[in-house]
Amino acid sequence: MTRAPHIPGVHTESASVPRTNTGLLAYLLAGLFFGVVLVKSEAASWYRIQEMFRFQSFHMYGLIGSAVLTGLVTTALLRRFGHTRGGERICVTPKEPGWRRYVLGGLIFGLGWGLAGVCPGPVFVLLGAGIWPMLVVLAFALLGTYLYGVLREKLPH
Amino acid sequence: MTELLDLLRSPWPWYVGGPLIGLMVPLLLWLGNRSFGISSNLRHVCAILLPERARPGFFRHDWRAERWNLMFAAGLVLGGLVAGVWLADPQPAHLSPAALRSLHSLGVSVQPGLVPAKMTDLTQPGVWALLALSGLLVGFGTRYGGGCTSGHAITGLSTLQKPSLIATVAFFAGGILSANLLLPLFLAVIR
Repeated sequence: MTRAPHIPGVHTESASVPRTNTGLLAYLLAGLFFGVVLVKSEAASWYRIQEMFRFQSFHMYGLIGSAVLTGLVTTALLRRFGHTRGGERICVTPKEPGWRRYVLGGLIFGLGWGLAGVCPGPVFVLLGAGIWPMLVVLAFALLGTYLYGVLREKLPH
Repeated sequence: MTELLDLLRSPWPWYVGGPLIGLMVPLLLWLGNRSFGISSNLRHVCAILLPERARPGFFRHDWRAERWNLMFAAGLVLGGLVAGVWLADPQPAHLSPAALRSLHSLGVSVQPGLVPAKMTDLTQPGVWALLALSGLLVGFGTRYGGGCTSGHAITGLSTLQKPSLIATVAFFAGGILSANLLLPLFLAVIR
């Protein structure tokens, strides 16, 4: 957690602990909100993902397109006029340059996405919805992550 | 009251859901300069689970500094419970006629819920193979490619990052290949 700047007499060390906790709670609530959105917008639906990859409906394209457009405009406005809730400057971490890892890693991820129809967010959402077989997907996703960690030095990036 | 419940249970159109998904990017930046993305959680969980000695260098990162991401994932589980169980849509997804025909020819029946019964029937060895392979590719691919749908397609594209455009095009290509070629092979084996 990034701490707020220390102002003598205003923020004490003991006061910073509950602040960290409320900080984490905010992310739990943000996740809850996003989980509801993923279900209600049907982005976590296997059926809709299959429909998208077969170009049979506009739904998912509209969903992703309007999400990117909204993100683009609101993030630009926040960077221009806003700051974080702690009063810091907004900084967006740039992705590492290159193309090999993005082409190869992206392709591999896509192959998995099209099969069970779940990307990482919906795995958690579907578990919450009581679809326990997703534990198999999660366990093997962890194994895949571990394999990447082991093989990383040998892969082109 | 029942009308309100019906409204809460019905799915949202894309023009409602899409903007709400897009708002996650500025929301997490405002909460603490966090870059919206979910798949890095898998790396943190690996770091937590692996014993110190068996941990490759990739997992010797400061996951405690990224606890927000684990909290976010916990929130996703709660969100799935709220919307997928308590406010579950009693109707099957309103798919296009073309999608209904395709799924029918694959032997998948469209029922209420988010995932068809055929895809989650663990008495079928083919289902285990499908779920395991899917998870393996998602875990490996997202770390190799440095992100998933939220990290690249939503966050990366809305902050105009070229690597994210490359990754998004690549994972769509992978998804199209897999949904049209690989999945039918699996479904032919699964009864």
